[in-house]
Amino acid sequence: MTSPLPALAWATIATLYGISFLAVESERAVGSLLVIAAAVVVLGTRFGLVDKIRASIGANERSFDAAAVSGVLIAAIWFHEEHFIILMMTTAFLLMVAALGLTIQFGYAGVVNFAGAAFLGIGCYTAGVVTKYTTLPSVLTLPLGGLMAALIGSILILPVLRTRGHYAALVTIAFGILFKVFLEVNDTLGGPQGIQVKPLVLFGWNFNNPIRIGEFTASFYFSYLLLALLLLLLSFAFVRRLERSWIGLSMDAIRLDEVASACYGLDLARWKVLAFTLGNFLAGMAGAAYGHVLGFIAPNNFTFGDSLILVSIVLLGGIGNAWGVAVAAAFVVILPEKFQVIQEYRFLLYAGLVILVLLFRPEGLLPRRMREYMPGWRQPDLGPTRDQPLGHKGGAR
Amino acid sequence: MNAALLICQGLTCRFGGLVALDRVDFEVNEGEIVGLIGPNGSGKTTLFNVVTGIYGADEGSVRFAGADVSAATPQAIYHAGITRTFQRSRMCLPLSVFDNIMVGNHKRLNHGLAFNLLRRRAFAAELGRHCDEARELLAVFNPELATRIDVPAAGLAMIDRRRVEICRALISRPRLILLDEPSAGMTHDETRHLMDDILSVRTRIPGLTIVIIEHEMGVIERSTDRCVVLNYGRKIKEGSFAEVASDRQVQEAYLGVA
Repeated sequence: MTSPLPALAWATIATLYGISFLAVESERAVGSLLVIAAAVVVLGTRFGLVDKIRASIGANERSFDAAAVSGVLIAAIWFHEEHFIILMMTTAFLLMVAALGLTIQFGYAGVVNFAGAAFLGIGCYTAGVVTKYTTLPSVLTLPLGGLMAALIGSILILPVLRTRGHYAALVTIAFGILFKVFLEVNDTLGGPQGIQVKPLVLFGWNFNNPIRIGEFTASFYFSYLLLALLLLLLSFAFVRRLERSWIGLSMDAIRLDEVASACYGLDLARWKVLAFTLGNFLAGMAGAAYGHVLGFIAPNNFTFGDSLILVSIVLLGGIGNAWGVAVAAAFVVILPEKFQVIQEYRFLLYAGLVILVLLFRPEGLLPRRMREYMPGWRQPDLGPTRDQPLGHKGGAR
Repeated sequence: MNAALLICQGLTCRFGGLVALDRVDFEVNEGEIVGLIGPNGSGKTTLFNVVTGIYGADEGSVRFAGADVSAATPQAIYHAGITRTFQRSRMCLPLSVFDNIMVGNHKRLNHGLAFNLLRRRAFAAELGRHCDEARELLAVFNPELATRIDVPAAGLAMIDRRRVEICRALISRPRLILLDEPSAGMTHDETRHLMDDILSVRTRIPGLTIVIIEHEMGVIERSTDRCVVLNYGRKIKEGSFAEVASDRQVQEAYLGVA
């Protein structure tokens, strides 16, 4: 049994680092924090610490998950009054959910989607339309946003199935642009000015009200942060279980070799459609929540550039790695806010970063690891005794 | 006598002007090992591709176990009980040995969304069962490989990759397995080992029918009950290895006219 200490220590360090990163204001401080992080990672790799931490996380997944969630909650409570920081965290969580959707599509089944922002937008606009024109409980916007994204995505299924590589990418790019144009000319949806999204109300609790418990008064974004965190946890668990299942195996197999997969009975269309639909559902659901957070949405929130940001999150983080997506989304959201200088050049920065990553670390910052079906299923150092934990966990005998 | 397991009649496959298969009649009886030989480009792999539904036949029919499968998809062929290996190894290299074998086990895995996502305990039990089975099968080929079931396929030697590929073809318990040049890229010794393994698997799975494409005549001589020779897409000879090898036409096809 590998000790949980390295994993827990790592979670603590990451929490402290995250809090200081969010707290610092001066650009010089942000820069030094980044340099420190890079140095720690390089040194940690050199001295084998990274491997130790990885092994510990793999063997103690539940404890690490709990530590990570507590870390996030501690950071949220630390900044509970800072509207802007809470909003940033909320945005990062929701983008993570959308990027996890892309991970299913792109990372597992190999279906490219350059219209991530459009599916996010479908969720936002669903939230807007449902709260404006209907009397449905506003919490229903979350599943409805996801369903709408999945449903509208289904018009893309045929072209996506029939094309491959660059062509499939072009199809989705075209869809993203069409979607924006459609929003701009549609008066019911507010045209270029956009549409208001009413706040989320759950059991009479309006999410826009600040939370007050005795002396504790949290930002009016705090409820949304909790909601976004909940969505993120659900999506994360969903994506991870999907990967660790026969479904994940089938998706990986068709991405890697379509001909061999077909000869072993895998229905290529079925798995691609499932991946595409599930991914769009996650993006749409995140979008609905994002719409409530923003309060007002316009077509310009969902440009091709925003879709590229989602793709770059997946590429930077590590294609197919849920943790990588989480880390990359946090950086992509927070970094430009901290470095006001780069705000205007952020697309240039992302583009440069993506090119560098693709050149020097094509598998991403946190590369996807070997597939495993249970936490700690693969333990390469244990040799032949591996049979034992598997038999135990598998409960086969 | 019962009807043959696989019956191809007048099978023709053209690519533009090139006739890759020209009215080939081909039968395989249950439990037989049939060698499919012929010079490069004679249509052996094309025959496999047509039987497994990767290419559609332009003319002729394929019947398997009494059912017409001429127009069946590769997926349907697999479900009917035919599996194959590929001449140029087609494995998912980043995936583990176990994962690669499980791809071949597709029809016996439960793909239900609820089962896979929510019933993790039941999933773990199924996983454990398949894992034992995969190990057992691998152990027939190479006991050492059975202990390395979770290493990436990319890290294996060529002969072990072939073994995994054959296990992938065998794990779903097919009735007919098509081996496309299993010895390609291997040394003499390795080829001999692999053939021993295949023959020992066959004694364990009674009734398994094998069609094997091979250039290594030693392999064909040792392992097959019957041979079919193709040349320029036509069947030019059929019979036991000794008959085929002594045939003038076959010798010419392989060696050129003396």
